[in-house]
Amino acid sequence: MTSSVPVRSRAVWRRLLFSEHFVLYLSVLYFLAVWPFAPRLASPRNLLDIFSNMLPLLSVAIGQTFVLVTAGIDLSVTSIIALSSVFGASVMTSDGGLLSGSILAVPAGIAVMLATGVAIGLLNGTAIARLRMPPFMVTLTTMMFFSGFAVWLTGSQKISGLPRAFVGLGVGSVGFIPYPFLIAAVLATAAHVTLSRTVVGRWIYAIGHNARAARVSGVPVNRTVVFAYAASGFCAAVASVLYTARLETGDPVLGQRILLDIIAAVVIGGTSLFGGKGKVLWTVFGVLFITLIDNSLIMLEFSHFTIMIVKGAVILFAALMDALRNRLLAAQ
Amino acid sequence: MSDTILECRNVTKSFFGVPVLRNVSLTLKAGRVLGIVGENGAGKSTLMNILGGVLRADSGSVRLGERDHAPQNPAEAFREGIAFIHQELNLFTNLSVAENMFIAAFPKMRIVGLPLIRRRAIREKTQALLASVDLHVSAEALVEDLSPGERQMVEIAKALGADARIIILDEPTTSLSSRETQRLFGIIHRLRGQGISMIYISHNLGDVLRLCDDILILRDGRVVGEGPKEEFTLERMISLMVGRSMDQLYPSRSARPSGEIVLEVKSLSQPGIVENITFQLHKGEILGISGLMGSGRTELARILFGLDAFEHGEILLNGEPLTRCSPHERIHRGMAFLTEDRRAEGLLINASVEDNIALVSLPSFARALPGLVNRPEMLRAAGRAAKAVRLQCSSLSRQTAKTLSGGNQQKVVLAKWLLEKPSVFVLDEPTRGIDVGAKFEVYRIMDELAAKGVGIVFISSEIEELMGMCDRILVMAYGEIRRCMARTQFDKEKIFRDALMENQLP
Repeated sequence: MTSSVPVRSRAVWRRLLFSEHFVLYLSVLYFLAVWPFAPRLASPRNLLDIFSNMLPLLSVAIGQTFVLVTAGIDLSVTSIIALSSVFGASVMTSDGGLLSGSILAVPAGIAVMLATGVAIGLLNGTAIARLRMPPFMVTLTTMMFFSGFAVWLTGSQKISGLPRAFVGLGVGSVGFIPYPFLIAAVLATAAHVTLSRTVVGRWIYAIGHNARAARVSGVPVNRTVVFAYAASGFCAAVASVLYTARLETGDPVLGQRILLDIIAAVVIGGTSLFGGKGKVLWTVFGVLFITLIDNSLIMLEFSHFTIMIVKGAVILFAALMDALRNRLLAAQ
Repeated sequence: MSDTILECRNVTKSFFGVPVLRNVSLTLKAGRVLGIVGENGAGKSTLMNILGGVLRADSGSVRLGERDHAPQNPAEAFREGIAFIHQELNLFTNLSVAENMFIAAFPKMRIVGLPLIRRRAIREKTQALLASVDLHVSAEALVEDLSPGERQMVEIAKALGADARIIILDEPTTSLSSRETQRLFGIIHRLRGQGISMIYISHNLGDVLRLCDDILILRDGRVVGEGPKEEFTLERMISLMVGRSMDQLYPSRSARPSGEIVLEVKSLSQPGIVENITFQLHKGEILGISGLMGSGRTELARILFGLDAFEHGEILLNGEPLTRCSPHERIHRGMAFLTEDRRAEGLLINASVEDNIALVSLPSFARALPGLVNRPEMLRAAGRAAKAVRLQCSSLSRQTAKTLSGGNQQKVVLAKWLLEKPSVFVLDEPTRGIDVGAKFEVYRIMDELAAKGVGIVFISSEIEELMGMCDRILVMAYGEIRRCMARTQFDKEKIFRDALMENQLP
């Protein structure tokens, strides 16, 4: 009789620990733990802040999920964010932009931004799939090249004077729903359906599990890998649209600091660096977790360096929990 | 007479209740070479693994010199003076020759308390050892830059450096060129002169007769022949190795092949791999390909399926030539391929059974326009395919392929191809590493497919199963087809001889 309560609570713990929503629970736990020390954390204004900070990070992290599931990695996403921002802004700006003042300025600007992302993604994917170069090297070098290129193009100057219609994407809303939320939600849904329900999505998982077996089974491995990197480039470009609109400027060093946040968020969510395992939903939770930590530490008025220390420690703790969880899962 | 250095008495070993060695006794004398031959699965490797400390015998005794020999691990056997040179060499290809030689115990010196490796000492010692096996490479050379033959010499030099008294060579010539083989034999002769004993395992019976002083023949885990080589001829060795009546291990074939050709190969060549391969496969026919490892049989299968390229010749699938090197295209045109390496190429080992079965035919479950996979239909089809091959698993969508037994894993691979309804199915070693019951099921599936009109290419190193299942058998050796036999002419000894012999045919 006495043991029934602990047994039941242990079963609940097990369910929580092994749930695929584990990181979501961890986020909630973290939120509740920090709340007493920073009551403003739960203010409606701050909650909105957390969500709007999440969205660009979420967009680029979704793309990264595609690549990680193929057992690759895309380090070039931050350079895509920066270069897209610069290209888009130089098309749209009223300060001597290519299509300055035209009605076409905003759609053309966005199209250029997305095309930039897809183009760099295609370049990465082609080098990796056709030339069999290691993803780490390819995307590290494209990251260096295009980051430098963005700064060189602009002479390190930000580009302001973006059209109102474009800036509205960052701050406007349809009724209650802000545009960025709408955009990120559409992207996440499309990505989720692509990964889990389409043929290409299933191929991406198969390649991540075992590329050789996938090839023998008739999976067009090269084409699928190129697709994954192009998707990552596209998602990074969407993130660039959201960031650029919010900051109202084209910035050649946009997103430079978030590379490790992106990869940490996806991996914390549960996507494996070794491929074959990962979900868009998990990435949503991972991004929520990272954003929450960032936000709460600022709330607690830590210095930049302290934030880095604490963030590093918390991410390490989460990774440790994940490793522990996988060990227990394997032992079952 | 020379002295006995190693003696096994009544060694017995079983795996999961299946006896692999039954009362095996052997004697190895100092300065002599003992050749051990037998079919795959006769127990050669198990016996050597017991001597080399990889496995432990269930019963029986081994005496090494004056003492009992029961090594608990390979390192212990090595210290006792038994060096086991495996089929796949155990060298670190990223390290230098000298580092490989001394990897187990580097000679060290202390400089301000730090244990540093005495590089010059190991270099000099290595160079001397390499000279003793006539290998003229630098001690600093990286192993990855050496040819297979040179690597083998490095292994032998390493054994000599550790004062090995007995060297076990397991199929040492499979990856060597003929000149490297001659050099290896020269070294073996010289080592024998120095009083070192060797156990030489090979499928190449001619080599065994030429090289060895004594010969031991194993069949089904028993010693069926033993003595100095003068007592043996090639013929006698083969009949001792084979001599077994065929049991009722195979289903009887339920239909005859038709005359219609589904696959035609015309003078197919890829220099150094396969030479001038020509054959036809008929509808409903099971065509066997027999050959040793390295005979070109697997390479041929990979070329047929578009995994590797070919330079000359033509492949016609259902009358249409295949030009591109692409498995994707082959599948589309009705070919299927079961690889010999199930884990590396056949399965997504960590994915679910359902994902594995559905992989090949995934596009056919997608609705045309949005490209969405119809999951319920896919699951139903996977279930039907699983039932057709009598797959035993608890859940198609939750159980991963890794948790299945070897036989059930192979059924998953078969099921995945059956969903596509192929017209030509190339099976490379479909019964490797699966138990007898599962083997029968695989044969049954093959018979059913053939009865439905599928043309099957069945590659195997077990001649008996080819004879049990095939309508015709092609024998391959050294990249060429040596013989083609119809069912009425099947003769195990002939097949064996053709596969084993060097270029002795005109």
